[in-house]
Amino acid sequence: MKDNVSIIGSAHTNVKHDSAIKHVTGRADYTDDIAQPEGTLHAYLGVSDVAHAKLLDIDFSDVLATPGVVGVLTADDVPGVNDISPTHLNDEPVFPTDAIQFHGQPLFAVVAETRDIARRAAELAKIEYETLPHALDPIAAQEAGYPHVTAPLKLERGDVAPAQETAPNRIKGRMSVGGQDHMYLEGHIAFAIPGEDDDVVVHCSTQHPSEAQHMVAHVLGVPSNAVVVNVRRMGGGFGGKESQMNLFCAVAAMAAKKWNRAVKIRPDRDQDMTATGKRHDFVIDYDVAFDDDGRIQAVEGSFAARCGFSADLSGPVTDRALFHADNAYFYPNVRLNSRPMKTNTVSNTAFRGFGGPQGVIAAERMIEEIAYATGQDPLDVRKVNFYGTEDRNITPYHQEVEDSILDRLIGELEETSEYRKRRQDIIEFNKTSPILKKGIALTPVKFGISFTATWYNQAGALVHVYNDGSIHLNHGGTEMGQGLNTKVAQVVAEAFQVDFSRIKITKTTTEKVPNTSATAASSGTDLNGMAALNAVEQIKARLVKFAAETWNVAPEEVAFHANQVHIGQEVLPFDTFIKQAYLARVQLSAAGFYKTPKIHWDRAKGQGRPFYYYSYGASCSEVTIDTLTGEYRIERTDLLHDVGRSLNPVLDKGQVEGAFIQGMGWLTTEELWWDDAGRLRTHAPSTYKIPLASDRPRIFNVNLADWSENRELTIKRSKAVGEPPFMLGISVFEALSMAVASVAEYRECPRLDAPATPERVLMAVSRLQETL
Amino acid sequence: MTHRTDIQFVLNGKDVSVPNVSADQTLLDFLRLERRLTGTKEGCAEGDCGACTVLVGRLGRKGLAYVPVNACIRFLASVDGCHVVTVEHLSGPDGRLHPVQQAMIEHHGSQCGFCTPGFVMALYALWMQTPEPTETQVETALQGNLCRCTGYEPIIRAAVAVSRYGTPASDYLNTERETMTTRLAALKDGRRVVSGTEDNLSIIPSSVDDLAECLQTYPNATIVAGATDVGLWVTKFLRNIGPAIFTGHLEDLKTVERQGSLLLIGAGASYTDCQELLSEHLPHLSSYWDRIAGWQVRNMGTVGGNIANGSPIGDTPPVLIALGAEITLRRGSESRTLPLADFFIDYGKQDRQPDEFVASIHVPLPGPNDLNAAYKISKRRDEDISSVAAGIHMTVTDGTISNARIAFGGMAATPKRAAAAEAALNGRPWSRESIEAAAVALAQDFSPLTDWRASSDYRMLSAQNLLRRFFLENDTKTDTPVQLACA
Repeated sequence: MKDNVSIIGSAHTNVKHDSAIKHVTGRADYTDDIAQPEGTLHAYLGVSDVAHAKLLDIDFSDVLATPGVVGVLTADDVPGVNDISPTHLNDEPVFPTDAIQFHGQPLFAVVAETRDIARRAAELAKIEYETLPHALDPIAAQEAGYPHVTAPLKLERGDVAPAQETAPNRIKGRMSVGGQDHMYLEGHIAFAIPGEDDDVVVHCSTQHPSEAQHMVAHVLGVPSNAVVVNVRRMGGGFGGKESQMNLFCAVAAMAAKKWNRAVKIRPDRDQDMTATGKRHDFVIDYDVAFDDDGRIQAVEGSFAARCGFSADLSGPVTDRALFHADNAYFYPNVRLNSRPMKTNTVSNTAFRGFGGPQGVIAAERMIEEIAYATGQDPLDVRKVNFYGTEDRNITPYHQEVEDSILDRLIGELEETSEYRKRRQDIIEFNKTSPILKKGIALTPVKFGISFTATWYNQAGALVHVYNDGSIHLNHGGTEMGQGLNTKVAQVVAEAFQVDFSRIKITKTTTEKVPNTSATAASSGTDLNGMAALNAVEQIKARLVKFAAETWNVAPEEVAFHANQVHIGQEVLPFDTFIKQAYLARVQLSAAGFYKTPKIHWDRAKGQGRPFYYYSYGASCSEVTIDTLTGEYRIERTDLLHDVGRSLNPVLDKGQVEGAFIQGMGWLTTEELWWDDAGRLRTHAPSTYKIPLASDRPRIFNVNLADWSENRELTIKRSKAVGEPPFMLGISVFEALSMAVASVAEYRECPRLDAPATPERVLMAVSRLQETL
Repeated sequence: MTHRTDIQFVLNGKDVSVPNVSADQTLLDFLRLERRLTGTKEGCAEGDCGACTVLVGRLGRKGLAYVPVNACIRFLASVDGCHVVTVEHLSGPDGRLHPVQQAMIEHHGSQCGFCTPGFVMALYALWMQTPEPTETQVETALQGNLCRCTGYEPIIRAAVAVSRYGTPASDYLNTERETMTTRLAALKDGRRVVSGTEDNLSIIPSSVDDLAECLQTYPNATIVAGATDVGLWVTKFLRNIGPAIFTGHLEDLKTVERQGSLLLIGAGASYTDCQELLSEHLPHLSSYWDRIAGWQVRNMGTVGGNIANGSPIGDTPPVLIALGAEITLRRGSESRTLPLADFFIDYGKQDRQPDEFVASIHVPLPGPNDLNAAYKISKRRDEDISSVAAGIHMTVTDGTISNARIAFGGMAATPKRAAAAEAALNGRPWSRESIEAAAVALAQDFSPLTDWRASSDYRMLSAQNLLRRFFLENDTKTDTPVQLACA
């Protein structure tokens, strides 16, 4: 019998990722590693090589004549509805019937005995089409009179026009912010196994198994109960597998049912990057009015996004850009409009931050403009504009900011990073260094937590206690590396007061928890941790009742503690107690449920409380640029980030570090480049450059604000962590901007567009030098 | 002697014979599909992400050496006679974790885990070579491994800590070294290997002379050395490369040595093979060499291949041209030598006959008054293809410039000398004015393309600025820091 005084692996401890051993030994199974049944077929997509055209005909004779090819799937083979639009706008066919809408659009699938045969045969189709003029970016789309792909949003508060007229200063500008490919190391993949009747089981790598299930059912024309979607783990998601897996699941399932054989589909990296959506790039027009101290009087902003040919998640993404266009700053008078533009490009989708980063960077650009215009340290401009606690605390969407900890957070980072001293040193350095120039910036993040689609803020879990005392945990969230399963298991371990090792974490499956939400919006732990806790509490309530009745004690005298159950004076090992409960016919299984309280949102009015709470963070980065080539190096970064009371500090820190580097990549070397024909030319890691180990800041200090505790009743008072630290990367961008500005004595905002590639840095330096 | 028709190697300690290996069969597909060794992952199929990293041990002149390579673009035929080690082979028979695995776990080095086996293999190779690496050495070793989750910090911490969990001396690959050496030596049967189907032959010549003979027989064959370019012809462009003649095992093509006032680089020497000698005699190439691709690709790719494929954006031609390098080509028993600059005729067109192969490169060593520099500009510092690459050479005698040889990659359809800029320098004084004149003249030499790597304007401006950087670096009258430190 164990006599531990406490359990191993409770909440708030540094439990290792539950799959760590499997990761390092190569024994962690991803979808492509699952053993294939006899006769498994492979599908491969055939895609368009034109950006916009009328599709006339596809001749498959050479494809079908290829040995090993079993057949092709086109729009004609869709048994149900030819649509996989996640927002049910009916604007995203599995395969198009008459219109090609972007270069690289999937038009059909070839199914063959091997993947190699299918892939080669897909090249042999002869596609006949009539080209149409195309518009690739949001500005070209506006000029061409393209429609919005989904209804735009307006947020408005106060009275903008008079404030603009009376303000002493006013700056208008435009900023282009690039998109980003997810570049998850494991690409898209779906593997469908047909069953009896209408049944099909799909193993895949999706963040949203329920949606994939519903989409497969929709496309097959069968009820959802015929489709099971399983996800053991993903090799990264970052939002790229929220809705984008629907296509692959639908194709694999259609083929599996058509030929009654298992079918796997896995695009190569290039097809993955060209045929699936990315982070939206934006063109932002801003107009900021401010007083001589740099205090903002009014803000007007227009956020035009490259949404691609269909809506996908562009509505909520562009909404979230507006929700974060204030970042941490109070705008007394404000009007913000989104322009979700249809373009002849792949339909853009969710990506960590979900539009939020594009809003935040616009706010930071306006701060930068004010700082250069008034000759102040940008940090001082930030501080005078921070949300207040008593007043000046209403957002453009009329939610009150109740939980700001930015004054303390920024104050601490300002101290520990020695921001002020280093800034002064840098200004001195720049005076005497003609070629190398340095810059430093300290930037805040405030990020709203909750799905703005309010109904998504629900979750389920299923917990079984077997009669040997072992525990089986299942919940609706998916594991993509973030450690969700580990954290939820910690919650369960603590609630049952048993060691973490007693809990078996199992694959996510639509068979166990129905109607789940995407593991997205940083909400995985908040929602699923609560649902699992709810399940545990139900079981515990039954166990307490059983113990109180059987041992004839008051319920308060029953306590779970350190792998034991204390009942009055009796102490039983957990498994002995469970065995007795089983014999007494106590139900040892429960389905848990949770829905986030307090939130509501009226999109038509642009008012409500879309967010349960905010997460905060701050980042200070120092860079050096080479004014001959535009190359740069990140010298040092200090991060201080708020995750409330961390459920697992080491996993949370991993999220913060990883998000920062990813955010830095978005703003530095990750550039999506389309040619005039609409073909994405940066479509694999050879051409699309995410950060490497050597791109890390030379000095990297990362801390969690360990004093923070969520004011709301979240799971163990923790806060969401997935997305908010992504925006910490903005400090790198702003530091680069300062280094560039130094060549013209900091008189002018360099107006760098993102990403700030070496080329953009050099061209900005060159532009500013010409003003001298 | 009849040809052998199967590929023979050792896989994770076990002898393997594979018949009918076609030219384009990759090692990765063999491991995953035929052996179900699924720990090795496909992330990009172009040698850029490292998720497929395995070790390949080959018996060379210096004995048995294991290097990390990309299994995705490595052809199966090319591991004939080698020991291939995958992640599945790291844990002991008792399931005990390897020191690298322990370090990764203890430092929380995995999140989604998909890239992890590749990182483990690269770090394994690093630890065997450098048990106590610096952070910079770790970063250099990991240039070919992408992680999208962690931001790398915990992986670096793990990498510098591996030796706390074990020493290389007691590692399986070292304790079994003698036995494995004997086993691999036994696989060297001196026979030509011809495997695969008629339209997709893999040919492994028994010697350099046999290579020359094979090319006479199959003049249209694809010569595959490191496969870091040819691999992509298959994985990305689905091209048929058969018949393919593999040369990676030919030790006589890998000579790297100083011969009097020349450095001789065998065409089959990998970037890694020649790094030490180049760094010793041409120190300006040392850090430049570290920026060629990632470690895995440097272990596979060859200087000869980088030249022979004729790419306008290869890293080595501009710097070798500036040094005045020559190359020797061989056809049957005939050889000819020509200046490297003359080898590049036009885009995709080199001065090489179909049955001819690049045999060696000769690099003259600089004299006492020679100034040399090698510069590379890319969107991402490491493991990126250059937007602009430059080799700059000048002799400065008594303040006067002569022998200016300035070659650029990324500025034209071939690696190309800047004739006008050179003319603007030769006979002129070593001065800022002369350099400015050369910078202006560059606009006559080149009208670069705009593409996804860089715009035409950026290429021109940064190329001009590289001349200015060259001046600032070498001018004894100034001590302005002009280059970002490497680490």
